[in-house]
Amino acid sequence: MFRLQWEEVQQAWVLLYPEGMVKLNGSAGEIIKRLDGKKNVLALIAELEKDFDATGLQSDVLAFLEIASKQGWVKA
Amino acid sequence: MTPMVNGKEVTVGPPLWLLAEITYACPLHCVFCYNPVDYTQHGPELTTQEWIKVLRDARAAGSVQCGFSGGEPLVRDDLEELVAEAHKLGFYTNLLTSGIGFTAERAKALKAAGLDHVQLSFQDSTRELNDFLSHTKTFALKQKAAQLIQENGWPMVLNCVIHRLNIDYIEKIIELAVDLGAEYLELANSQYYSWAQLNRDGLMPSREQLERAERVTNEYREKLGDKLRIFFVVPDYYETRPKKCMNGWGNIFLTITPDGSALPCHTAKMIKQLEFPNVKNMSVKDIWYESEAFNKYRGDAWMKEPCRSCDEKEKDLGGCRCQALMLTGDASNADPVCDKSEHHQVVLDAVSYAQIPDAKRIEVKPLVFRDPINSRKLSTQS
Repeated sequence: MFRLQWEEVQQAWVLLYPEGMVKLNGSAGEIIKRLDGKKNVLALIAELEKDFDATGLQSDVLAFLEIASKQGWVKA
Repeated sequence: MTPMVNGKEVTVGPPLWLLAEITYACPLHCVFCYNPVDYTQHGPELTTQEWIKVLRDARAAGSVQCGFSGGEPLVRDDLEELVAEAHKLGFYTNLLTSGIGFTAERAKALKAAGLDHVQLSFQDSTRELNDFLSHTKTFALKQKAAQLIQENGWPMVLNCVIHRLNIDYIEKIIELAVDLGAEYLELANSQYYSWAQLNRDGLMPSREQLERAERVTNEYREKLGDKLRIFFVVPDYYETRPKKCMNGWGNIFLTITPDGSALPCHTAKMIKQLEFPNVKNMSVKDIWYESEAFNKYRGDAWMKEPCRSCDEKEKDLGGCRCQALMLTGDASNADPVCDKSEHHQVVLDAVSYAQIPDAKRIEVKPLVFRDPINSRKLSTQS
């Protein structure tokens, strides 16, 4: 139902669905674009922490994934 | 971008939503059609190549949703080619159709072209009413169209225009949507523009009808849960604050009509004081950011009282420009749905007329069906 794509004009990742669009903020876009249906959440968090040279991202990532799953953007 | 509007800089985002009305031709004759009453007087339809240029131009300007509409878009046999181009450009493609002309072959070709979604409109769920309201025998065809949507794996969104004559059958409409496997059902009360404005007295439900329909809808929502999401849109005449029409004039929405006119909404051409640009002689980007018509009602400098000093002006932006024009004679006035408008009485009068049962009405105007003969007749009158 949802299609993820990068929009050059908006400089953002967006989710497209019938007659609608969700514009993702920077962090949400970085999380969602890394989902490939294979890697687990811990590997995702590790990748984000490495790419952004950060620590303690777990609670933010989990909070976003909970919203995303409720909205039907991602499936567990 | 920040074009200058009435001497002030206004921040304008891209035209995210492109509505391509590729033809006004339609096998139906719906009494609530929003196509212009004088649609027979408009110029020739854009060619395939001209539409392809519109799609490329709009995509470059940041459009991301593309709706193919009409009329009945399936009337054009280059629809598949246009959908394929839109898909290739990265649009999310939507087809808004009555389902007539939607054969298994065309559904397959549209799927192959990359069509993302089909919104199927239903006039009503009972054969008799459906045939009456659309004036052709189409009901069986729509059931077939719904089946094709499912078979091709498109999400199923049904749309049914609700009004005085079918609102009492709302449970049947909802049940039909369930039977057809719809995921979304839009029960949109007719909005009174164009043909629906001509037929307003015959189409506006009474308060009692409306309350019953909302109650029934809520009961079904509880019963069905996530299985079917139902949107119910009340006629704005029953509100005391206007709708934020099109989410703002020239804000996200761009309509291109069959002859290439560019409009901030599908009915805006009724505002004869504005000269709307045409894609044949202006790029989408210039139309969107530079044209006088698109800048006319951006920001709030154009507003008159009571909007200008209203603390809710950001919320509704003064409502709908077309409605202001139709009901007050001036598109710059507040939408008279607002009870702060000095013209609000015209809305109250229409609502109060809607409370009179049909049997007690002294003079009942016959419904005017949307067809070429009526269009020509009405065009010479205006």
